[in-house]
Amino acid sequence: MNAALAPTPAPHDMGGPAQPLLIVRDLKKHFPVRSSPLDRERKFVHAVDGVNFSVPKGKTLGIVGESGCGKSTTARLVARLMPADAGELIFDGEGVEEFRGLRLKEFRRNLQMVFQDSFASLNPRLTIAETIAYGPRVHGIARADHQARELLDRVGLDPSHFAGRYPHELSGGQRQRVNIARALAFDPRLVILDEAVAALDKSVQAQVLNLLQELKAERQLTYLFISHDLHVVHYLSDYVMVMYLGQVIESGPVERIYGHPAHPYTRALLSAVPSMDPEHRTQASPLAGDPPNPINPPSGCRFRDRCPHAHAVCASATPALRDMGRHSEHLAACHLNDPASGHPEAHQEQRP
Amino acid sequence: MSATLPLPLPAAAAPAQPSRSYWTVVWRQLRRDPMAMASAAVLLLIVGAAVFAPWLAPADPYKASMIKRLLPIGSPGFLLGTDELGRDLLSRLMHGGRLSLLMGVVPVLAAFGIGTTIGLLAGYVGGRVNMAIMRVLDIFYAFPSVLLAVAISGALGPGMSNSLIALTLVFVPQVVRVAESVTTQVRQLDYIEAARMSGAGAFSIIRTHVLGNVLGPVFVYATGLLSVSMILASGLSFLGLGVKPPEPEWGLMLNTLRSAIYSNPWVAALPGVLIFVTSIAFNLLADSVRSAMDIRK
Ligand SMILES: Nc1ncnc2c1ncn2[C@@H]1O[C@H](COP(=O)(O)OP(=O)(O)O)[C@@H](O)[C@H]1O
Ligand SMILES: [Mg+2]
Repeated sequence: MNAALAPTPAPHDMGGPAQPLLIVRDLKKHFPVRSSPLDRERKFVHAVDGVNFSVPKGKTLGIVGESGCGKSTTARLVARLMPADAGELIFDGEGVEEFRGLRLKEFRRNLQMVFQDSFASLNPRLTIAETIAYGPRVHGIARADHQARELLDRVGLDPSHFAGRYPHELSGGQRQRVNIARALAFDPRLVILDEAVAALDKSVQAQVLNLLQELKAERQLTYLFISHDLHVVHYLSDYVMVMYLGQVIESGPVERIYGHPAHPYTRALLSAVPSMDPEHRTQASPLAGDPPNPINPPSGCRFRDRCPHAHAVCASATPALRDMGRHSEHLAACHLNDPASGHPEAHQEQRP
Repeated sequence: MSATLPLPLPAAAAPAQPSRSYWTVVWRQLRRDPMAMASAAVLLLIVGAAVFAPWLAPADPYKASMIKRLLPIGSPGFLLGTDELGRDLLSRLMHGGRLSLLMGVVPVLAAFGIGTTIGLLAGYVGGRVNMAIMRVLDIFYAFPSVLLAVAISGALGPGMSNSLIALTLVFVPQVVRVAESVTTQVRQLDYIEAARMSGAGAFSIIRTHVLGNVLGPVFVYATGLLSVSMILASGLSFLGLGVKPPEPEWGLMLNTLRSAIYSNPWVAALPGVLIFVTSIAFNLLADSVRSAMDIRK
């Protein structure tokens, strides 16, 4: 075996199996906006506003929320494709880009990303094999081409047929398989999938999701799976995090969130999805209107002007993420769930 | 488990059609476009006649004759007549094409090279560097091309190399603008982000992923400039700022034949017709190339 074939693998499980693979602390990104060139006043889009989460090893964390709530920005910040205004990343127990921590290069090698637009993700001038081999070749890995063909084979594309082809000759599903193959070229530990199956037909989507599940088991991958499709998130995720206007408003194990959503926004999202079971289909979709302007988010709870339970306290106090049980891992940020909040409809005793 | 995956295509079916690169597809598209082929044929004819003028031209383009001045089209021995000094017009037009085409093409080529480099830099680096470069170029951009060409050419003094420099300076800001905006777009595409995720350096990313995708659109824009350059170059010569007599050049010929516009209008118009036809052909070809290159359908 050629020693250069595999990049010296980071010792797996540095922090042990209980150490989350990724911890994100207080991540923030405000984009400056200028409505007109004469506008002196600096305004900011609060794209990501104090986001905290962690992803256990070998698990999938689904991130859901309406378009514009900051999912992609969160992904890009985690991937360090843009600088964060504030926040901390801890990868397997080591701070990223901190004194004596993990350098950006090592971190990036452990993390790869698959984007929504399968066409824009591929350089139209490179063949499929060239695209997959590009990264390894830049790092001087011999046999990058050979490895690219193996990866193509693994994602279900016959290398003898596809290696020399160009992106425009492939279907959307095939292109997304290529993007997955490229992400695997560095043997990453964390893969961020930003709406990776959103643009695909339902049947192709199912095939790609199956492939992702297989790869995850086979290579001990951890996924950050971003989607606005709640069915897909339910299928793939172990944990779910719901975002609203740059903040996490609820998170927890997938069955808890789907079975007992604690935040009115999550409930609205879930009831807006047509249930697979006709018996349980609800008629009303309580989620009306668009999210408020992210430039001037409402005071207190950001969901309050669309919330059927809004009350004075929702404008005056910002609800914090609270554990919905005892160490249940299920967190929600809503005054309704806090008996001490002063909200008249607040539950007086803890829910089961 | 693998039953849930679509089966890879059988190996036997693999080489059914050879893989087609981007440029192969563009070329096929172009070949099927009658307008592209027609304008390419016209250009080939004009360029061929100019390049091979020393061997093909029926007469010496400098040989004057006082008695044979301003002969009409179709005169025996002078297929397209003669000019105000009795020189064979067909030969002069063929020879004139050498300088006219050169003055049309060279400034565009130079501006393509210089402008793409600056635009690529400005677009990829972004931020303040971009801002500084683009604002300076905006000053040039604010003037109409003709005015700028005449002003720079006038300031540098008459002569062919000065008009080449003047025209290059006119086109550089325009090319930079296009190159910068295309680079800015390309830079935001996901495949650039994917390349950054692989830990590649800026130079490698520009060379492998940015350059190839910026050159195409900028090239198309530059082909569109050829017609403008032809007309401006002729204009400068017409105004006496470019090529000097007795050198044959279409713009200059148009000027010197001016006096014959009433006595022999068809002969007087011929250099203008050639400038017009060449410029239109460049334009149509540029349009066809542009639509052929847009293959994301
Ligand atoms: N580069 C940027 N510059 C300015 N605003 C941005 C930029 N990227 C995203 N935004 C804004 O940040 C907010 C969150 O965007 P995004 O993270 O793409 O949301 P999502 O992926 O959940 O749809 C949106 O309001 C969007 O307009
Ligand atoms: Mg997004």
